[in-house]
Amino acid sequence: MATEGVDLNKRRMLTNAATVVGAVGAGFVAVPFLASWAPSERAKTAGAPVEVDISKLQDGAMLTVEWRGKPVWIVKRTARNLEDLPTLDDGLRDPASENEQQPEYARNANRSVKAEILVLVGICTHLGCSPTFRPDLAPADLGAEWKGGFYCPCHGSRFDLAGRVYQGVPAPLNLEVPPHRYLSDTTIIIGEDGGAA
Amino acid sequence: MQKLLTWIDDRFPLTKMFEEHLSKYYAPKNFNFWYFFGSLALLVLVIQIVSGIFLTMHYKPDGATAFASVEYIMRDVPYGWLIRYMHSTGATAFFVVVYLHMFRGLMYGSYKQPRELIWLFGMLIYLVLMAEAFMGYLLPWGQMSYWGAQVIISLFGALPIIGEPLTLWIRGDFVVSDATLNRFFALHVVALPIVLLGLVVAHILALHEVGSNNPDGVEIKKNKDPVTHIPLDGIPFHPYYTVKDILGVAVFLIFFCTVLFFMPEGGGYMLEYANFIPSDPLKTPLHIAPVWYFTPFYAILRAVPDKLAGVMAMGAAIVVLFLLPWLDRCKVKSIRYRGNIFKYNLAAFVVAFIALGWLGMQQPTVLLTYMSQFFTLVYFGFFVVLYVTSKNEQTKPVPERVTQ
Repeated sequence: MATEGVDLNKRRMLTNAATVVGAVGAGFVAVPFLASWAPSERAKTAGAPVEVDISKLQDGAMLTVEWRGKPVWIVKRTARNLEDLPTLDDGLRDPASENEQQPEYARNANRSVKAEILVLVGICTHLGCSPTFRPDLAPADLGAEWKGGFYCPCHGSRFDLAGRVYQGVPAPLNLEVPPHRYLSDTTIIIGEDGGAA
Repeated sequence: MQKLLTWIDDRFPLTKMFEEHLSKYYAPKNFNFWYFFGSLALLVLVIQIVSGIFLTMHYKPDGATAFASVEYIMRDVPYGWLIRYMHSTGATAFFVVVYLHMFRGLMYGSYKQPRELIWLFGMLIYLVLMAEAFMGYLLPWGQMSYWGAQVIISLFGALPIIGEPLTLWIRGDFVVSDATLNRFFALHVVALPIVLLGLVVAHILALHEVGSNNPDGVEIKKNKDPVTHIPLDGIPFHPYYTVKDILGVAVFLIFFCTVLFFMPEGGGYMLEYANFIPSDPLKTPLHIAPVWYFTPFYAILRAVPDKLAGVMAMGAAIVVLFLLPWLDRCKVKSIRYRGNIFKYNLAAFVVAFIALGWLGMQQPTVLLTYMSQFFTLVYFGFFVVLYVTSKNEQTKPVPERVTQ
């Protein structure tokens, strides 16, 4: 390149300016490609609310339904289960549900609208596995202190029967309570709560 | 014939390239067993590309039909089973070969000055390979594909603030779904292979620029014939090592075909049993574990009882390997002339890596978690001890020329 009688500062300035403009252009071109990875309109509309009939749900049993492609659990807890809940508080990370893992109406001791009916998103807050329902008391593999709850087979996280996470396990948060409301005594709609939250 | 070659050479550096990289590339004459794995990795890459291309001719990257299309390949496509098992066995073979290749580098200090860039390109290849393996494993769309992907993508969710939106962006949906499968297919068969090939070229170009290391860790370019300027301890790669590598290929293929024909599922470690069940977003398999080549890092992830810290530890376990050329401050390259601390340290590292690999396959129990934590400390301890002790290591005198 000829350098005689050349204003090098000017040349450098022009090179830098062209580089910056080119980089900005490349940045703008990248936007549509990166944005194309976001959930499509079809994926967004697929999250319609689900109606569930719980009239046949027995004491101590669990029902699984699908909402937004995720498992949602509905558990009917026994009186014994509800009595056990407060006794577990000392071993839990967030016994009073202070983290935003539930709508306001489920921020109570049982994490539910009706005391015995628990509604949870069945996805572990650690890495997204679906924990196993373990209502049995003091089973051999979970120890004598086990009062029923959920056990994640992937990484060993434990939750009680209100979906509250135990201390010393990898999951950081309580299981999520989805927005839901009762259409009647035996019907729940999951995915909307009429703005009650 | 000669006229044709001249015609080409006038227009394209064919003979020049052949000489530069094969017939006049002088490699040390003392290569041993450990030097087979570089060329074997290249062979496995070819196997993967060829078998992969033919699999895409029958596979359907669609959440509704993916699982069935894989079964169709296995049952109805002529020799489809063979092509698919080649690809799945090839994945395992790739990691076996690459792990041995990397261990060779550790033993003989092949990552050291002036070969840092070879090591870095190699590490990038390893990283892309892991991404390839992970995304490829989603494609059969079985239970383990689905939940494995769910877990690995959720790892990014551990990052503060950007975590959750990032996982949503990677999946393209609120859960792993058709959108995820489709994009992983595109990355697995188009984007990442292109990157991989580019990195392999860079790896080899960097190697041929500085020349190969050897089991003695001496630079053969320091002793050149005064007249020809050929390294005294070098022999042309072709025909000497091409012929030697053909023997390596033959032995490798005996092992490869044994697995391919007699144990293609690898006892559930290469193709996991849960993956013969179609993916079900509502039900996690009771025992979920990654394929064997990821289990050491998975064990590190599980060893830490905190989400973000666990993910960071796992990431650090890989990142720290990139830093190896600068963590090891010993001037002597080969383990043959290094001190005992290095030998024991490397041995402990190998034991820890294998132990973590085993632990990552097991169900988490209290005892096994303690063991994972112990071996995680040994794993990272290797790098700490290396950094601290390598500067003033008691080494043996390194010979001027390679030994036999």
